[in-house]
Amino acid sequence: MADKKKSLPKGETKKTIGKIFRYIKRYIPILIISILLAGVIVVLTLMIPVLTGNAVDLLLAGKGNIDFDAVFAVMIQIGVIMLATALAQWIMNTCNNHITYHVVKDIRNDAMKKMQVLPLSYLDRQATGDIVSRIVADVDTFADGLLMGFTQLFTGVLTIIGTLVFMLRTSWVVTIVVVVVTPLSFFVAKFIATHTHDFFQKQSKVRAEQTALIEEMVGNQKIVKAFSREDDVQEQFDEINDRLHDASLKAVFYSSLVNPSTRFVNSIVYALVAVLGGFYVIKSMSDGTAAFTVGELTCFLAYANQYTKPFNEITGVITELQNAIVCASRIFEFIETDAEVAEAEDAHVLEKAVGNVKLDKVEFRYVPDKPLIKNFSLDVQPGKRVAIVGPTGCGKTTVINLLMRFYDVDEGTISVDGYDIEKLTRHSLRSNYGMVLQETWLKAGTIRENIVMGKPDATDEEIVKAAKAAHSHGFIKRLPNGYDTVIGEDGGMLSQGQKQLLCITRLMLCLPPMLILDEATSSIDTRTEIHIQNAFATMMKGRTSFIVAHRLSTIKEADIILVMKDGNIIEQGNHESLLAQGGFYSELYNSQFAI
Amino acid sequence: MKDLLKFLKAYTKESVLAPLFKLLEAVFELFVPIVVANIIDKGLAEGNTNMPYIIRMGLILLGLALVGMVAAITAQFFAAKAAVGFSAGLRSALFANIQRLDYTSLDKVGTSTLITRMTSDVNQLQNGVNMVLRLFLRSPIVVFGAMIMAFTIDVKAALIFVCAIPLLAIIVFGIMLISMPLFKKVQGGLDKVLGHTRENLTGVRVIRAFNLQNSELSTFEEENKKLTKMQTHVGRFSALTNPLTYVIVNGAIIALIYVGAVRVNSGALTQGQVVAIINYMNQILVELVKLANLIVLMTKAAACGDRVNKVLKMDNGAREAYGVATNESSNVAGGKASDRANSAYMVFDHAGLTYDGAGDATLTDMDFTVEKGQTVGIIGGTGSGKSSLVNLIPALYPATEGAVYLEGENLLQIDSGRLREKIGIVPQKAVLFKGTIRSNLLWGKKDATDEELWKALEIAQATEVVKGKDGELDAEVEQNGRNFSGGQRQRLTIARALVGMPEILILDDSASALDYATDAKLRKALSEIKDSTVFIVSQRASSVKNADKIIVLDDGKIVGIGTNDELLKNCEIYQEIYYSQYQKENEREGA
Repeated sequence: MADKKKSLPKGETKKTIGKIFRYIKRYIPILIISILLAGVIVVLTLMIPVLTGNAVDLLLAGKGNIDFDAVFAVMIQIGVIMLATALAQWIMNTCNNHITYHVVKDIRNDAMKKMQVLPLSYLDRQATGDIVSRIVADVDTFADGLLMGFTQLFTGVLTIIGTLVFMLRTSWVVTIVVVVVTPLSFFVAKFIATHTHDFFQKQSKVRAEQTALIEEMVGNQKIVKAFSREDDVQEQFDEINDRLHDASLKAVFYSSLVNPSTRFVNSIVYALVAVLGGFYVIKSMSDGTAAFTVGELTCFLAYANQYTKPFNEITGVITELQNAIVCASRIFEFIETDAEVAEAEDAHVLEKAVGNVKLDKVEFRYVPDKPLIKNFSLDVQPGKRVAIVGPTGCGKTTVINLLMRFYDVDEGTISVDGYDIEKLTRHSLRSNYGMVLQETWLKAGTIRENIVMGKPDATDEEIVKAAKAAHSHGFIKRLPNGYDTVIGEDGGMLSQGQKQLLCITRLMLCLPPMLILDEATSSIDTRTEIHIQNAFATMMKGRTSFIVAHRLSTIKEADIILVMKDGNIIEQGNHESLLAQGGFYSELYNSQFAI
Repeated sequence: MKDLLKFLKAYTKESVLAPLFKLLEAVFELFVPIVVANIIDKGLAEGNTNMPYIIRMGLILLGLALVGMVAAITAQFFAAKAAVGFSAGLRSALFANIQRLDYTSLDKVGTSTLITRMTSDVNQLQNGVNMVLRLFLRSPIVVFGAMIMAFTIDVKAALIFVCAIPLLAIIVFGIMLISMPLFKKVQGGLDKVLGHTRENLTGVRVIRAFNLQNSELSTFEEENKKLTKMQTHVGRFSALTNPLTYVIVNGAIIALIYVGAVRVNSGALTQGQVVAIINYMNQILVELVKLANLIVLMTKAAACGDRVNKVLKMDNGAREAYGVATNESSNVAGGKASDRANSAYMVFDHAGLTYDGAGDATLTDMDFTVEKGQTVGIIGGTGSGKSSLVNLIPALYPATEGAVYLEGENLLQIDSGRLREKIGIVPQKAVLFKGTIRSNLLWGKKDATDEELWKALEIAQATEVVKGKDGELDAEVEQNGRNFSGGQRQRLTIARALVGMPEILILDDSASALDYATDAKLRKALSEIKDSTVFIVSQRASSVKNADKIIVLDDGKIVGIGTNDELLKNCEIYQEIYYSQYQKENEREGA
């Protein structure tokens, strides 16, 4: 989080654009249709001023001399062209919508795909709100910019070219004036755009900061209330809000300067065309050549507008695109984060493990210069029960992170049934473990969906059986729709204990050969716990189990007790031998009855 | 939408000035076709050309442009100021309202929805306000101004404007009306995608443990696909606006050419005047394209505004409901319980709690008293109502039946700030907030000295935790306290509650992540605080057995009150809990 980029270097912008095009590539046929239609629209749109100019020249005949047949002919031409233009416009817009929304969809899918393979060390470090804001808000802003870019950039560029051609055919002198003066608006716009870029970047950053705060505070509203911190939190929020206000004001105002300034340049062009055109009309009148008619002048004036308008739009689009590119680079940054270490081609697929887990001289650290686990060796025979105990923060959960390969060891090896786990497919390794974590997690969906996670094809009987074994059947049945009750994000209305029971049920259903229980029963009342302990006992029979436990009964029944302190195993043995040893463990054990 | 307008009130000046300056710009633009008509009719009349006149007119065109630009920039500034100020005020109010929301409603709406409301919805609104201020007055002025100018030139030709403008209005507004509900649906789809994203982040370990990456991905892709489908559907429809308006305006130009030809033929109009009228029609088109884009933006913004407003309103509804509840309970209290209210330090007088929308009561007939300085243990099964019971004390949930009194005063009549100042709570879920250890501890008491902080840490057995971190009290705490383990967080949250030595301390099953040794030390340290009344919610008999009074709950009802020894004699459920933990111990001692 600390090293967020302050602004996009030039090369970065180019790279980002390249990446965007890689996404657009998949929609090339539609893109081609869209570009062709844009061409058609431009040509047709440009013909209307010519025809109108022709009509104006027909009026020059004056009172009583109008050739109505000719006027009618022009009217019909305009009518046909107008209808064709409208149809082409609609189809083109639809194509552009299609491309934009599908690109957005693809990017979001890729981001989600990436999320599934990112190392936990990355995800643990990143604020949830920040990632969510990248995948949702940033992609949205990007979509808006891209859509605008499509609909206006194409037609804009084509209109400029088309207009030039049409104008040159009439008068090259006036055309040159238009061509020379108009790019002024480009420079003005570019100048403004480069200067607003930083403001947009800052706005984006402050916004992410605010999202993170909202997430933290809204998610823990109850605590905020219990401590009467509403005012302070509000103050904190308002402070960020003020900064966002300032950043936004600058971004919004400075980017809005583009329009009036470029419009001013256009007006200069318009006035010049009027005067210069007037001069040529007079000249051709005195020559009697009719090289430059009043009708052509009106046509020219219309073009002067049309020619400069896309410049305005393009420059407007450029600011919008700039914003979009910043957002895109934020999302690409996420998509391109290094994934977990790839599995070797020949990674072994561990079928049903016997359950011999061996740790050999394992070293591990979260932070480079702070070693946490040092020289840790352990040999667990199949079916044995390992209890990990020790003061909080001594590295117990870290052991789980390593066993499951959420993190990789820095030194040494961990092996299952003789296979180094780094040479196994993650999938097969993990599916051999059943895990209940300290912090319960349920997804929004039905109770049933949450239970069958480990075994999607489970039958109703199996589910009920598992639920009964985990003692969750009772409360599930009492819910409004039983197993089909929809629970909200993070379990919603369920109590902590009920959530835990559901997580246990989930495990009961699939019963892998090895188990990892991380303080799994800590939020369940002791009455229920007895039943669960019994169920666990059956479940653990013949299964290698790792239990991070505080319950004495669990610890006492373990085959191996690892007593950990500061990342190291300081004692190892069973309950009796450790008590007899009279070390740290016996101190822990006896302190229970201190009061 | 109307309710949101009040956030613009502080920017009334800007909100008036922005459109006014835009209007000024529009007026200057309306003069341009007249000037051009003059160039044609007076400067380029056959046989009577006048170059100096044309140059003069050219200079006038330049002058109009310059003044127009200054007016426009001024307008942009005021519009930006108003729009950004509007959204800042709105966000602040939204956040304040979300903070006031009761927990039940919060559960119902979901955090992710609230976040979309506060971020992308408010952004869209800001954009909407900005554009409305810039264009909403300008566009109609140009449209009607052009019509009026056309009338000054020729009434007959101007009648075409009278037909075209309503037609255009029907198309533009019709499309807006139809696409509005569609945009609402799109936003709903976006919410789902957001929720799913969050869920995948918070549940990443479980998802990987169960190897659910692929199925999660396909669910996401499914939702994403649905969203895309909705978006393209709405897009196809709103893409109609531009082509349709284009057809109408050009149709009108065809009509103008005909009328113009007839009128010039009869000598009622000059060539330059026809050009001017056609130019006015073209100006309408340009302005309408802008208006159409504005309408799209507005429909989006209005849909967002609607949803933002719902969050603001939802809050009011919930609070009103509680207002009623408060009155009712105090009436009941006034009637029959005034003597009881003063009978002890704290009196639970037949208090009950039914959560909003829940069918059954969570707590029924909580009836007991607590003396100052006592330690009260609350024990019972999962879902028996232990947490709900202690939540009544800081009035996080008001009692829906009966009442709770503190020193003779009904809790609901005590200002919640004053009440909660007296209470220190350690919630079940140990959460710390981004900042430093110090900033987290100061939640308990804003002006606490370091000495007070260290004392609280000592009692909470957290001294080592803090000493082990770089910077000690100033050590950084990441979002949700991620850089601390569960046990460390729990001890720090206990310390947080202890800072300032609250009159009432509530420990809501808050030793669950502590090992027995730390738990025991903690309880010992707590028992040495004499002035505080302590409520301990736990599932461990060992945590409550030394309490002055143990309350045993089952299914929302009190099934036993007494000391450890009393309950062991006469409360079956307590016995069951107690022996499940001490059974083996007794056996060992017996053997």
